[in-house]
Amino acid sequence: MLCIPSIFRPEPQLNFPSVHFSIQNFLFLLVAIAGFGLFAWQARKIRANILVGRDRDMSGNVSERLNKTLLVAFGQSKMFKRLTPAFLHLIVYVGFLVINVEVIEIMVDGLFGTHRFLQFLGPLYDVLMATNEILGALVIVAVVAFWWRRNRKPPVRRFQGPELRMWPKLDANIILYVEVVLMVALFTMNTADLKLHQLRGVDMPGTFPISNLLTGLFPSNEAALHVLERVGWWAHIVGILCFLNYLPSSKHFHIIMAFPNVYYSRLVPQGQFSNVESITHEVKAMMDPSYQVPAPPTAPDGSVLAPTPFGAKDVDDLAWTNLLNAYSCTECGRCTSVCPANITGKLLSPRKIIMDTRDRVEEKYNSPLIFNPSLYGAEAKHDPQETLDKENHTLLRGYVTPEELWACTTCNACVEACPVNINPLESIIEMRRFLVLEESAAPNSLNVMFSNIENNGAPWAFSPSDRFNWADDLYVADKETVVRS
Amino acid sequence: MEKRQITVPLMADLAAQGETPEILFWVGCAGAFDDRYKRVTRAFVRILEHVGVKYAVLGMEESCTGDPAKRAGNEFLFQMQAATNIATLNGYGIKKVVTACPHCFNTIKNEYPALGGEYEVLHHSSFLQQLINEGRVKVEGGESYKGRRITFHDSCYLGRANDIYEAPRAVLEALDADLVEMKRSKANGLCCGAGGAQMWKEPEPGKKDVNIERTEEALATLDGNAAALASLYGVESGNQGATPAPKANSQGSIIAVGCPFCMTMMSDGVKNKERENNVQVFDLAELVASAEGLNA
Repeated sequence: MLCIPSIFRPEPQLNFPSVHFSIQNFLFLLVAIAGFGLFAWQARKIRANILVGRDRDMSGNVSERLNKTLLVAFGQSKMFKRLTPAFLHLIVYVGFLVINVEVIEIMVDGLFGTHRFLQFLGPLYDVLMATNEILGALVIVAVVAFWWRRNRKPPVRRFQGPELRMWPKLDANIILYVEVVLMVALFTMNTADLKLHQLRGVDMPGTFPISNLLTGLFPSNEAALHVLERVGWWAHIVGILCFLNYLPSSKHFHIIMAFPNVYYSRLVPQGQFSNVESITHEVKAMMDPSYQVPAPPTAPDGSVLAPTPFGAKDVDDLAWTNLLNAYSCTECGRCTSVCPANITGKLLSPRKIIMDTRDRVEEKYNSPLIFNPSLYGAEAKHDPQETLDKENHTLLRGYVTPEELWACTTCNACVEACPVNINPLESIIEMRRFLVLEESAAPNSLNVMFSNIENNGAPWAFSPSDRFNWADDLYVADKETVVRS
Repeated sequence: MEKRQITVPLMADLAAQGETPEILFWVGCAGAFDDRYKRVTRAFVRILEHVGVKYAVLGMEESCTGDPAKRAGNEFLFQMQAATNIATLNGYGIKKVVTACPHCFNTIKNEYPALGGEYEVLHHSSFLQQLINEGRVKVEGGESYKGRRITFHDSCYLGRANDIYEAPRAVLEALDADLVEMKRSKANGLCCGAGGAQMWKEPEPGKKDVNIERTEEALATLDGNAAALASLYGVESGNQGATPAPKANSQGSIIAVGCPFCMTMMSDGVKNKERENNVQVFDLAELVASAEGLNA
């Protein structure tokens, strides 16, 4: 008999599904409370971080938004622009969804001392367990493929960018390793349980096609099998709780944030850029002196609040939806890989702008993280932070340089490419607005274009009186004019 | 063939006579000032005259929509321009605007309503598609494009910005040409490099200009040059598409565009690649006017 701590040696539970309370259940309760409690604490801080962004009314259009969420987030419709990764991702995603049903069972078993609580589902339980096992095996295959795509030399192009070294690279690999550990734990639990039942000549509820193949690898010692079953069980559920609390530090947070992010994404045509209402009031007042500009916002004590700057210098000048974007990014780089500026070797990478936003909001506000990774190192910083005084250590300049912003052609390829409807273009335009309207820091050639528009009504230096010259000496072949029916 | 001179109707004159046009043709700055795009404006007016649609232009009353200012971050200048133009358009009671510039189209259609300018706005590709569908333009009687290889370059502000992909293709299909698609087309189309006010500034340092990348793709597609396409897309190409059959004689291949900035960028690219002798860049309106035999 192996000498094992008593908590790992519960009474044999063979008269299923009777309830056996043990110290394990109490321990599990504590672990679950700690795991979920910690996550709730982190989630609250992240919510606060997102809400430092400027207000933007995204209410209404509920059915349209829900439809889009079903299609893009649940249905992964935008993933399928690239078939290979879409297929691999689908396996892991469906695996995550279905295996979570088993996690519910594990939680109930853990809390109430039941064993395979869902077995009352009968044939459905067989199907569920078999699906789980097959998906679990496929997840391992997909994860190996994912690892290879990121770690081969050279990796897939979109995993190469300078912003994807250091922590983001490690983070991506940690996620893959944890997923393998979770799957191995699941198979250990199932196989040990199955073999235990076989040794005792008892039928085990459920069908386990993969574990059936693995029983030969496991010892025929009941005590050892017990330990293995418990280790698998605990590793799986503790692994999941740890992973849950790792999410806020990781790009893997997208598994949660993708849903609200898609729900709150824009419904207007991609070409429609946001309107700046405070400027509309100013322009109206200039054109019509009788126009009443609405009173500026006041603080609760009645004092007038300082006007917000035009555009964005720092994360709190962006809209809350832009910050929600930052927490939904899984750094897949589809945006950057289709960016015309990036493809042709410019500094601009839409992914970096989104990653910078998340890093900056956590630097400036509460870091909700248990892990506080040191960003991605100096390699991707185009403007060393050290050279900036405190006032200029902001999202603009501290993280994102004007050179990156001015390289954007506003072509919307990044917006179109994002599988979770992140909009890097909005943030780029907000920062351009700050550069132009607050700092008059546009490139000189653009200032020339601005003054041409002001003076000539055209971006080029042509005389407005020549605007109609194109119509001079214009002839048309006089075919029989088609008369409108 | 007989030809007649066109007196382009000005909105101010129509209004003075108490008349309202069916459409207002918004010419745009490039259409009015850029020598190459003026030819597109003139081709489009020939089509309007030919079908006998009642139209007018603003002439000197037209001013920049403010698109380049807005994309460059100068919201104040944009709104000043918008306010001026909206005052003009509303003053004439304009209901329907047609333009050959996707940037003007996008700005008037999507960004003017919030500032008080609400019109039905059409890009000329949609308008030409309607004329062809209604049989008012038969695309015959002029130059034949039958069998000529044409690829269409999607403008970002027509395509992704406003989801118009089919209208320009429908117009080209009417030409009975050998239409080939670049792999990066429609929603996956690659920008010409001029959007977002890039037209008016030097590009940031990089390894290539965007218009060269795009022109190389267009040329390789027209030529059916699989090797050139493979090197452009790299191993990890997002889009699985078939390489068109190699064109033995690429004489007279055409890159079709529907945007003045794309026109400039693609023409410069073809020039840079020294392919002007056998590849031309044309706007949709030019192709239709020439196929209809309207040039005079």
